[in-house]
Amino acid sequence: MIVVNDIHKSFGDNHILKGITTTFEKGKTNLIIGQSGSGKTVFLKCLLGLFYPEEGDIVYDGNSYASLSAKEKRNLRQEMGMVFQGSALFDSMTVQGNVMFPLEMFTKQPQSEMRDRVNAVLKRVNLTDAHDKFPSEISGGMQKRVAIARAIVMNPKYLFCDEPNSGLDPKTAILIDNLIKEITEEYDITTVINTHDMNSVMQIGEKILFLKDGLKEWEGTKNEIFKTDNEAVTNFVYSSDLFKKVRQMYIEERN
Amino acid sequence: MNYLASIGSYAIMVKEVFRKPTKWRIMKSLILKEIDELIYGSLGIIIFISFFIGAVITIQTALNLTNPIIPKYLIGFTTRQSLILEFAPTFVSIIMAGKVGSYITSSIGTMRVTEQIDALEVMGVNSLNYLVFPKIIAMLFYPFAIAISMYVGIFGGWLAGVFGGFLTSADFIEGLQLDFIPFHIAYAFIKTLIFAFIIATIPSYHGFYMRGGALEVGKASTTAFVWTSVVIIILNYILTQLLLGQ
Repeated sequence: MIVVNDIHKSFGDNHILKGITTTFEKGKTNLIIGQSGSGKTVFLKCLLGLFYPEEGDIVYDGNSYASLSAKEKRNLRQEMGMVFQGSALFDSMTVQGNVMFPLEMFTKQPQSEMRDRVNAVLKRVNLTDAHDKFPSEISGGMQKRVAIARAIVMNPKYLFCDEPNSGLDPKTAILIDNLIKEITEEYDITTVINTHDMNSVMQIGEKILFLKDGLKEWEGTKNEIFKTDNEAVTNFVYSSDLFKKVRQMYIEERN
Repeated sequence: MNYLASIGSYAIMVKEVFRKPTKWRIMKSLILKEIDELIYGSLGIIIFISFFIGAVITIQTALNLTNPIIPKYLIGFTTRQSLILEFAPTFVSIIMAGKVGSYITSSIGTMRVTEQIDALEVMGVNSLNYLVFPKIIAMLFYPFAIAISMYVGIFGGWLAGVFGGFLTSADFIEGLQLDFIPFHIAYAFIKTLIFAFIIATIPSYHGFYMRGGALEVGKASTTAFVWTSVVIIILNYILTQLLLGQ
């Protein structure tokens, strides 16, 4: 579980995060949504420890980040897995090399054990025949699956995903969403996903946090988002005609 | 003010490179890969340029020493001094700033743009040590490339001088041995080692701290080449004054 207490972050005079307080629960897919420039990416980078908030604190399973020593912070980082928007796979390494990288870097396991672990996670993300291929030789969807495999290979406690299905076709996007949800439940990890994709919100949004201008505007579940009267949320969620019609049907059905 | 800030962040970067080292098992393979890319991969262009520049220095010297009182062996002497003191260590370094420097900036810059550096940071890897340290160590082998440049340049000069009919082989070799000061070789290698550090770190700095997309990677490569060349030229002057000046 991650508890965020009133965090503030600025870059020069630009006050990006203006005091966000929330909780991300273990074993659930927590989604952060909001318009571009709302502070989602900065917020995610604060959760990852890449940016340090000027005020407030982030508590990871009872451990306040601000009070951790440098070594403890490094150890905490190794309990985090991250899936980047563009996958961020290392171009010079094969799929197997990418997934094995954290194991080689931080464990003293023999090569055979590391290979077994890599095979297991690649099988888990349904990639069994791409071990020796380079990232440039596989599709965007496969790259995302390799990125997920790399993120979970160290058995993380926390999984962060930045726009995990951007650039993917709707069918592959749903597969990736479902894979993240299954892995969250299976590994019992705290997953935080930054997304614009309303299909993801409806598919896997067990907890949704809506940010606006660096502040928490709304939070709830995918069922509650249908019923909310918050204008900023409804404007954002129902910006497409398809979702407007879905909402209209929902309201008519309710009446 | 911007220049001062850049010098400051460059110094901080260099300090970070030597902090929290990467596992030796991984670092070893990274160093070997960089030696292959930066040194072995540059030998072809170094040999090609050195050979022809050596030949041209000999021909130009021969054509300008028309006074019959001036002995022919001075052509060999001038070729040796030009190649050992300046051409091999300094001008080959500027060529390397273009070839190796732009490779370093663009490869690190592309990793920045595609979030690969963020991925390293999130994992808790000291990305500066992982990316820049192997390049610095690989560039310690740069003096070997410069030694080859000196040898090939003199060989090119000998071929052009002798087979071009400008002087005899004996005259050229006599000039090569004339007033030889061993410290000049040490001076050349001291310069080379310092330039090697500059060629590894300034382009890394421009790649690592760049922001933006593909266009900015190109701009960063150009800026890195300009600044690496400027620093090499200035340091060349300072080192020459310090090491050879009275």
